[in-house]
Amino acid sequence: MNRRAAEETFFKALMGISALAIVAALLGIVGTVLWKGLPTMNLDMVTKTPTGAFHLGGAGGVLNAIVGSLCLAGGATVVSACLALPIVMGLNVYSRRASRLVTFTRFSMDVLAGVPSIVFGAVGYILMRLLGLPASLLVGIIVVSLLILPIMIKAMDEMVRLVPAEMAEASAALGATRLETAFRVVARQALPGLATAVLIAFGRGVGDAASVLFTAGFNDRLPDSLGSEAATLPLMIFHQYNSPFPDVQNRAYASALILMVIILAVSVTARILTRRLSRHSIR
Amino acid sequence: MTQPSATGAVGLKPHISVRNLNVYYGDQPALADVSVDIPDRKITAVLGPSGCGKTTFLRSLNRLVDSVDGVRVSGQVLVDDEDLFDPAAEVTHIRKKMGLLSQRPSPLPMSIYDNVAYGPRIHGQRDRAALDALVEHHLKLAGLWEEVRDRLRAPATSLSIGQQQRLCLARGLAVEPEIILADEPTSALDPVSSAHIEGKFRELRDRYTIVIVTHILRQARRLADYVIFMYMGRMVEHGPAAEIFDNPREKQTREYISGVIS
Ligand SMILES: Nc1ncnc2c1ncn2[C@@H]1O[C@H](COP(=O)(O)OP(=O)(O)OP(=O)(O)O)[C@@H](O)[C@H]1O
Ligand SMILES: [Mg+2]
Repeated sequence: MNRRAAEETFFKALMGISALAIVAALLGIVGTVLWKGLPTMNLDMVTKTPTGAFHLGGAGGVLNAIVGSLCLAGGATVVSACLALPIVMGLNVYSRRASRLVTFTRFSMDVLAGVPSIVFGAVGYILMRLLGLPASLLVGIIVVSLLILPIMIKAMDEMVRLVPAEMAEASAALGATRLETAFRVVARQALPGLATAVLIAFGRGVGDAASVLFTAGFNDRLPDSLGSEAATLPLMIFHQYNSPFPDVQNRAYASALILMVIILAVSVTARILTRRLSRHSIR
Repeated sequence: MTQPSATGAVGLKPHISVRNLNVYYGDQPALADVSVDIPDRKITAVLGPSGCGKTTFLRSLNRLVDSVDGVRVSGQVLVDDEDLFDPAAEVTHIRKKMGLLSQRPSPLPMSIYDNVAYGPRIHGQRDRAALDALVEHHLKLAGLWEEVRDRLRAPATSLSIGQQQRLCLARGLAVEPEIILADEPTSALDPVSSAHIEGKFRELRDRYTIVIVTHILRQARRLADYVIFMYMGRMVEHGPAAEIFDNPREKQTREYISGVIS
């Protein structure tokens, strides 16, 4: 066998091994969660809040954490989207492409997206104490918004940058203002990508534990206002897994299963939305 | 001014007056001291070899050059006595007077109907019946109505390239401009679609001031009433088509027209 053919074989093998490793890791995670989680999974888990004895292995469910996580991530996603969209349009439609501000903003987003979420949690906690606010759904939403904002902006920015300049020019040439061009043409062309960006950010927010550890509180009730404490699934998993009781530990896997289903649902929705919304997009 | 206004001499009324226009991309000059009057309701063809600044010139007429990074412009472009490059000028208002047809069709990401209705809508037309009528009228004007009347709600991308270019023409006409700017509008099209667009221009010439950039000499001969010849960022010569084609004054024009330079 000559050298080039050997190289080819070697890299094919390498790719095969990598692919296998990824699939194995995925199957391992999903398998463990299913295997350990399914036996403790029941209707009560998703329809009831914890009773007093729940944390010792008694009756109840994690509805409080499901609702808490959805409210927290949902609220944070709405807040971030309201901030991200104008920023991304500002970067792409309003600014000169090579301006310092644009470059600096993009660089900051890259840096912020790489900051570990525990740092957001800690900074959020310090600010919360400075302002004299209690740990609550509201503070949690603010901290998670800050966490997912750079992720959302980066994802949206990448999509909007793909919109051809001629398209914005065609709109401008008809006498459209930049605002009209941004929201009627550019946002429309990038709509599937924007929807995906929002859902990616939601997925990141719903699964994050560290940012809400000190800021959202934790209790057994459903949150009834922005001021009330809110339990979240990641923290629920954390507490359950640290329990000395094996029954409660196994419930951590059931909670993880619920979280995984939520994230899976989000990904599937993203796929479907992308296909639906790209009907008019120009490729 | 490099030449006395030739348009006046033959009794053509100017619509766009360009005065000492200079455009730089960074430090590199793309247009140097261009002055010309573009006649009202005639077809003006802009000719010249590749890279001579034809596109830059056309994009200066509606200030799209502004969108390029590091571009510098000096001079005046007067449309109905309003200076386009006056800092106080309202660009959207002036652009509304012009329809643009680019080299490759650039449909907007919406349905055929919405593409045509886009301009009227942003300029305040909300009435459904009025929009329906506008869309139909301008699609007919662009010669596309019969082909799309049954699928107005289909995406613009479902059309062929030639049809898309006519859709862009209809979209431009729908803002009821006085001027049509076209940058090599047929270069991406097959011969039949090209002929179609050319035919439309001939029909529209009495009602609109049309400026068309082209490198197809025969197309210019077929269409143009007035010709501007450019070379390396300078306007070498301009005048009525017959004069330029049959009796060019400048050596470069002569060489270009006889095919020595292209
Ligand atoms: N965005 C830009 N940035 C920098 N230089 C540019 C830009 N656009 C055009 N130029 C330069 O300006 C000059 C004129 O370009 P222009 O596109 O106006 O020529 P053109 O006559 O339209 O050519 P063609 O027939 O090939 O379309 C060229 O030298 C070109 O390299
Ligand atoms: Mg060009």
